[in-house]
Amino acid sequence: MSVMEPGQNLTTISANISEETLNPGRRLWWWGGFLVAVAFTALFVLAIEYLFIAGIGIWGVDIPVAWGFAIANYVWWIGIASGGTIISALFYLTQSEWRSAVNRIAESMTLFAAAAAGVMPILHLGRPSFFYWLFPIPNTMGLWPQFRSPLLWDFFAILTYVVSSVLFWYLGLLPDLALVRDRATTYRRQLFYGIAALGWTGSHTQWRLHKTAYGLLAALMAPLVVSVHSIVGLDFSGGLLPGWHSTQFSPFFVFGAVLSGFATVLLLVIPVRRLYRLETYITAHHLNLLVIFMLLCSLLLAYSYLIDALLPFYGNDEYERAVAIHRFTGEWAWSFWAAVGLNVVIPQLLWFPRLRLRLWLVCLVSFGVFVGMWCERIMLVTSSLYEDFMPSAWGHFTGTVWDWSTLLGSVGFAAAGFFLFLRYVPVASAYELKELLPPAERHG
Amino acid sequence: MSRRFWWRSFAERADDPDYLAAIAHEFPEPHGEGGVDRRRFLQLVAASAALAGLDGCSSLPPEHIVPRVEPLAGEEAGVPRYVATALVQEGYATGAILQHRMGRPVKLEGNPDHPASLGAADATLQAAILDLYDPERSAAVLNSGRVVDWNKLTLLLAGKRTDWAKTGGAGLRILTGRMTSPTLAAQLAALLKQYPGAAWHQWEPMSRDAVAGGANLAFGKPVEALPQFDKADIVLAIESDAISSAPGHLAYARAFAERRRAAETGQGKMSRVYAIEATPTLIGASADHRFALKPAEIETTLRAIAAAVGAGPNEWQDGDRPHWVDAVVADLSTHKGVALVHAGAEQSSTIHSLAHAINAALSAPVRYIEPVAVGAADIKSLAAEMHAGKVDTLLILGGNPAYDAPADLGFVEALKRVKLSIQLATHADETAAVAAYHVPALHPFEDWGDGRAFDGTAAIVQPQIRPLVPGHSAAEMIALLAGAQTLDPRKQVIDHWRQTTPGDFDTVWAGWLRRGVIPNTAAGAASVSLRGDFAASLPKPAAAPGLTVLIRPDPFLRDGAQANNGWLQELPRPLTRLVWDNAALIAPATAKRLELGPEDVVEIASAGGAKVRVPALVAPGQAEDCVTLSLGFGRTAIGAVGRDVGVDVGRLRRAGALWQTGATLHPTGEHATLATTQHQQNMAGRDMVRTRPLTAAEDKHETVEASLYPRHPYDGNAWGMTISLSSCIGCGACTAACQAENNIPVVGREEVMRERAMHWIRVDRYWGGTPDAPEIAFQPVPCMHCEDAPCEVVCPVGATTHDSDGLNVMVYNRCVGTRFCSNNCPYKVRRFNFYGYSGNDPRPAMSWNPDVTVRGRGVMEKCTYCIQRIREAKIAADRDDRPIRDGEIVTACQQACPTQAIVFGDINDPKSAVSTRKATPLDYALLEELNTRPRTTYAARVTNRNPAIAEG
Repeated sequence: MSVMEPGQNLTTISANISEETLNPGRRLWWWGGFLVAVAFTALFVLAIEYLFIAGIGIWGVDIPVAWGFAIANYVWWIGIASGGTIISALFYLTQSEWRSAVNRIAESMTLFAAAAAGVMPILHLGRPSFFYWLFPIPNTMGLWPQFRSPLLWDFFAILTYVVSSVLFWYLGLLPDLALVRDRATTYRRQLFYGIAALGWTGSHTQWRLHKTAYGLLAALMAPLVVSVHSIVGLDFSGGLLPGWHSTQFSPFFVFGAVLSGFATVLLLVIPVRRLYRLETYITAHHLNLLVIFMLLCSLLLAYSYLIDALLPFYGNDEYERAVAIHRFTGEWAWSFWAAVGLNVVIPQLLWFPRLRLRLWLVCLVSFGVFVGMWCERIMLVTSSLYEDFMPSAWGHFTGTVWDWSTLLGSVGFAAAGFFLFLRYVPVASAYELKELLPPAERHG
Repeated sequence: MSRRFWWRSFAERADDPDYLAAIAHEFPEPHGEGGVDRRRFLQLVAASAALAGLDGCSSLPPEHIVPRVEPLAGEEAGVPRYVATALVQEGYATGAILQHRMGRPVKLEGNPDHPASLGAADATLQAAILDLYDPERSAAVLNSGRVVDWNKLTLLLAGKRTDWAKTGGAGLRILTGRMTSPTLAAQLAALLKQYPGAAWHQWEPMSRDAVAGGANLAFGKPVEALPQFDKADIVLAIESDAISSAPGHLAYARAFAERRRAAETGQGKMSRVYAIEATPTLIGASADHRFALKPAEIETTLRAIAAAVGAGPNEWQDGDRPHWVDAVVADLSTHKGVALVHAGAEQSSTIHSLAHAINAALSAPVRYIEPVAVGAADIKSLAAEMHAGKVDTLLILGGNPAYDAPADLGFVEALKRVKLSIQLATHADETAAVAAYHVPALHPFEDWGDGRAFDGTAAIVQPQIRPLVPGHSAAEMIALLAGAQTLDPRKQVIDHWRQTTPGDFDTVWAGWLRRGVIPNTAAGAASVSLRGDFAASLPKPAAAPGLTVLIRPDPFLRDGAQANNGWLQELPRPLTRLVWDNAALIAPATAKRLELGPEDVVEIASAGGAKVRVPALVAPGQAEDCVTLSLGFGRTAIGAVGRDVGVDVGRLRRAGALWQTGATLHPTGEHATLATTQHQQNMAGRDMVRTRPLTAAEDKHETVEASLYPRHPYDGNAWGMTISLSSCIGCGACTAACQAENNIPVVGREEVMRERAMHWIRVDRYWGGTPDAPEIAFQPVPCMHCEDAPCEVVCPVGATTHDSDGLNVMVYNRCVGTRFCSNNCPYKVRRFNFYGYSGNDPRPAMSWNPDVTVRGRGVMEKCTYCIQRIREAKIAADRDDRPIRDGEIVTACQQACPTQAIVFGDINDPKSAVSTRKATPLDYALLEELNTRPRTTYAARVTNRNPAIAEG
């Protein structure tokens, strides 16, 4: 399978990619999808508004289950965000040619997923207006954050990750923004894309600097995606709770994150490819590779689940065992089995090459993983908390309407961002696609 | 949107033309018709601006004024004052000392000099301070629900007095609760002398008639028997309230616990306690052997025991009896002089008389005294007279008979037939709704009075604060009826005591007030002998009904008078851990037989025909076919806190059967959710509460210290705590004290159901053994103040950290609310302000303890070992340039604990009380395998089982 259908040259690529941004035509699906996403974004805003007015009592969190949806949502979204980074940065470094067609979609998804993730820890706080106290701001009282806390490093990690993701996305976007600017016919578009392109002229110097900067950022992003999920894992394993206090959490979280990342990329790439008629650039080869990577991650995650479920019975810690049994049979057992089913069992269908080509099936499996990973996150958060050491303090946890509103609203928020991306930014990286053209075909 | 019509009065709503005309001129236009037009307005603005400029021309010399910021006389900011008083509850007085800050009482503590307190204070006593500040207290005289002037009532009564002077007070009736107040009793006696046709009746919902009846049956006179637990090697408790609610229970609990922790302290011999009861009690939970029997079985068993120890005829031993009875009898008869039996107030007269007989036969360590309370006619005769229309004027001094009188008396109907009924009460309650007049009562902390303790010792009730509402006192009301020259309650009390006190009264009086006790006023010993015809005079045992309903006071609300008290509503009931609710307690086997699911609502119909619908709660330790219901709930007329909380089961009570009745029970098919603070009822196989038999109590538990890091040195003080599980009776006084001291807000039923109760020290209750015959263990859990605190390392902002004394402190200002600390606390003692609970608490700002921060929304909080008390002692010690003395710092929980289960102090000082207690081999740390090295440790529970009775 090739990375691009034949018959393409520099002109067709420029025209095809920029045309989608400049002359999209009447797109009912876009308006429909965007409005639904905006409606959910409004729900998100409402939920946040009410949260700030009333306090986090509106959620289902309690003592003992002091962490709930906000943390699960955070871990889930930041995991999803990893998909774009892996595809863009890691595969850039490995010089995987096929990434060029899908990296823009993946990166944009990362951007909005990271944004959705980024607000969650702030919403989670009892006093969100003081979130900046986690930042080491020099002050007259000599008061510093507490550097032993995993949460502090989590704060640094996510801040670094979000900032780097934005930079990486934007840097990769510059030549294409310039392309749209150059092809724009109205003054307002010229102005908008002109400002956004930051004076990109395509000079040799600019290309050289761009290539260097992009490479450096990619080299930074690839380890960042590992570190951010390792540190998210530490948020849990840094505690002493049975079910959390585990040495495998860092790799476990990376596996889960990448799985959900690939699943979400597939979930977006397949319809976008169809709707934008990008089959020329995003070929079956691309999708096949993505699915295989998803399957690989599913297997890695299965290994982690296995270790997590078996180790308590290998060791001699009654609390670990009790929590493991609660995960299988307790109040939130559904979330455990949903995670196992959706993240591990069902993706095994993708072993069959023929099934991998059934795009609707791939979409369904990906959507299953998308949901299943949230189930895993909420399972990890609650199942260790509601029945830990002191039987007298055991409790329950139930999400309230505001918990669900925040979750669904955040999906809407990320989706609305993605819709805007589809409309105003070239959905595929034109200049990178052009690099894939054999020199002979460039001027066809 | 349509405009809503807001009306200012019924007249306006009814469009009364006169009224509308009157209100039209209520707010007249200040500048004539038409107001100000634009031109005029601009003229005025211009003129004002011009005049304002003139101000700059002023050349008046500067003058200095001094604001009036004067401290109250004798008050120093931050320095507390302590004032003794006594609180009369259910007739009996308990000494209390109120801590005042800037002139207002903020915390109630027990009075160590008072025999009924010995320094301890139970939950109801401590909650009285919240009653004082209850914003929903009645504050106006009501006549049929309308506010009227107090003078209207005094004029009315002046007219009545003229009539009574002629008729000798015919038709005048006075209803009080149990009466131990010497002043009030003397006033009433004088009043009855003044009006021979008048009569005094008593109704005490927490009746002790059966106790008096039992003494009458056994000894022929209503003496009171005071068990002496300090001298008892063997205790047989018959559903005993001795350490939970009987008059003097704080003192009994102290003596009881001292014997229970003998293995820990090495002083004296550990007692052995047997409990026989139909529904679990605190003493039953502490007992070495606890037997759940139905009421009828209790009587036959007790008869058998009486006969076996020689206090009854042999035929009482006939018939089947449980296998353990012989072992108990053997234990009792081999401990003559040091074995006693005590029965609870809700037991029948027969059971009380049998207990007396056994005690007499065993020469039990029981002190008999003349009755402390002054008797009067009962409510039954009063109700009969009222129904017959013979009562012209009824004065109800305190109490709420419309809510709590036995249902068969039809008191509400009777009250409607009284021409002039006057009720004195703190709230416009159910009785106020029916009575012609309601007079707001002063809170005991605003009033003068007196009362006697369980042993007869008298104490003066002195006001702690100027009345917060324009209330009136009982002494004042009686003086008003008598037409006394002065109504001043203080004068009534002083005059009474002046008559009976020789010598310089003013000096003596000041001493009484200072100490809070009147010395040498304990009741005299009564000589008793068992009546010869005792056995023959006992009524025949009644046939047992199929299902018995036991009507019991709620442990904290009691008769429901304090139902508007959020602290008491939200204090977990010791055995059920229920809050804001009452339930029908049903034995597991009975629930299974009736196919009742958890929290199924059942309808209970008494033999008298009354019905209640209550959610069922399966209660281990409950006797089969016995359903226990709690009084004090289902108030319909009281403040918003207590209104419609739970179900009023008082309507099942009848005048002759206050505490139990035969009944039928049907599931209704409905479900209810009960609010509890503990969801897991057993220890899940873990060793939270360690229990050791007395014979093995010496095994030292070795703790291995495992750490790669050197211990952090604490050169000064290192505060620590130890809690004796043999002593803890689970009463919840510590939780109440902590709530009062540390400004812990009440969160309400809904929030408790969402697992957000805020108590800093909780008392865990675990069931062990089988559901039908459970072992019951209590464990108070405050913050452990771990040396290696897991909460500290996970806080990203360092809001919880160690201080120089090794305390794990919480910096509220710094907390951003990540809640990781709570997740990481293996003891789950941290509490979070999910909402702004303190701000929503209806208590007035003046009632909070100014020494403790009131926490805002979104911050974590937890037990601080009462750091404000530590700092206070530290400052005092630093001023005197001396170390802090052992025992100088007493935490609130420790102070209130009736059994002295909690000891606090410096673990750096090997001679301190806490170090001594921690040195016992019974000492252990909770979850020590986590290596958190808690500063709070426990002394394992020691049991002293009778080897002759098989386990289980």
